[in-house]
Amino acid sequence: MPGETRSIADLVAAARGGERRATARLLTLVEKGGPVADEVAERAWSALGGRAGDENRAHVIGLTGPPGAGKSTLVAAWTTRLVERGCRPAVLAVDPSSPLTGGAILGDRVRMAEATAAGVFIRSMATRGHAGGLALAVPGMVRVLDLAGFDPVIVETVGVGQVEVDVASTADTVLVVVTPGMGDAVQANKAGLLEVADVFAVNKSDRPDAADARRDLELMLDLSDLTGHGRSGTGTGARPSIISTAATTGVGVDELADATDAHLTALVAAGALAGRREDRWRAEVRSHLDRLLLDASRSATAGPLPVSSSPGAVARSLADGVADRLLGHQIPGGRTAGEPAEHEGGAAEGDR
Amino acid sequence: MDGTPLRVVLAKLGLDGHDRGLKVVARMLRDGGMEVVYLGLRQTTDSIIDAVEQEDADVVGISMLNAGHLTLGPRMVEALAAVGLDVPVVIGGIVPDEDLPAMAAAGVAGVLGPGASADEVVACVQAAADTRS
Repeated sequence: MPGETRSIADLVAAARGGERRATARLLTLVEKGGPVADEVAERAWSALGGRAGDENRAHVIGLTGPPGAGKSTLVAAWTTRLVERGCRPAVLAVDPSSPLTGGAILGDRVRMAEATAAGVFIRSMATRGHAGGLALAVPGMVRVLDLAGFDPVIVETVGVGQVEVDVASTADTVLVVVTPGMGDAVQANKAGLLEVADVFAVNKSDRPDAADARRDLELMLDLSDLTGHGRSGTGTGARPSIISTAATTGVGVDELADATDAHLTALVAAGALAGRREDRWRAEVRSHLDRLLLDASRSATAGPLPVSSSPGAVARSLADGVADRLLGHQIPGGRTAGEPAEHEGGAAEGDR
Repeated sequence: MDGTPLRVVLAKLGLDGHDRGLKVVARMLRDGGMEVVYLGLRQTTDSIIDAVEQEDADVVGISMLNAGHLTLGPRMVEALAAVGLDVPVVIGGIVPDEDLPAMAAAGVAGVLGPGASADEVVACVQAAADTRS
């Protein structure tokens, strides 16, 4: 945001005080990546008490589903209801960037006017294509929203592409939105999206074939019970609940809010919440490490390579150099791997 | 600029149901490498301000085909300034040439009329962003 001259420390303090503009600015900095994002992440981490698996943090809900399932409309109705119940929900809505131009059209707000008016904080985010970037940025942005006092924090992604599904499925509670007409019971048993759900919403349930979609899901869950697989997602051992919703009329929205709350309660009761959050923390560590490895790998392969050698042989010959880079030299972006970021007094001005 | 895409909020302000042009502009800006936060029809200055604030937008683009530009253009600029948001406003649509000085005087950063090419649209939004401190 132009004219923003506050230091990151000041922005963090303002965001904690509930200032939306400071929160938005911090989200921008985290999304940008690099040393500035690292500094925001460190400060947010400390400000939140600095403990992996902390059960007192905001309820993080991942929401995913196929394009056109009505995710945004459902989120709008649901979060508006949450505000009425006295919650302060925030939504991080992720949409794909064009792989060709890097641009994106982020359209989730079109269906969320009601929620915006009710005071829901909504942030649209493009995937920006850079490998591993989403997996790094999203948890950092969730932490900033948590810091700003939002609870729950809902991460909405299109359920196509492994990274998008992963991002949503590392939440405390995973909500998968499906619609009638998605296909038969065989489709419902295909691996992927449906296996990660803690709660299903069968949206557009005012359609005539909604009962079929619900039955197919129930059948799939029956088979999961039979084999004992495909339920690792819930963390509670309980069968995922299925809620019939019609986002445009508000049908099932209360039940949906109850179901996600109930899942969190069940996680706590089963003693599984801290573990689930520690898993998420561990995944974040992995994402950071992946990023360092990727940078080192890109850097090692940027120059001329012996084109008469096989790709595998070239990679093996470069491995030592990659290791050297990781151990403290020439990591793109300036800072070396072993060296802590220079934090104090960094101003956020002129960052882009 | 350091490679981070510009973030542009696009909206129709007030009662004006003609959004074809805005959708075309959204696509032009996307293909120009920008991130478009698309709000669509029937927005108010307040709803646009909410979006600009939460999305940390760099530019606001308003489409007007209802001859309301002399009223609503300046009102949008003033509303942003009133809450301390230094974000330039670009107006697209039907704006007669004789109104251009008034638009500039009101602080509208750019005006795009019918027939503007994709390159002109992208350049206008980029120039508006570059005017910021």
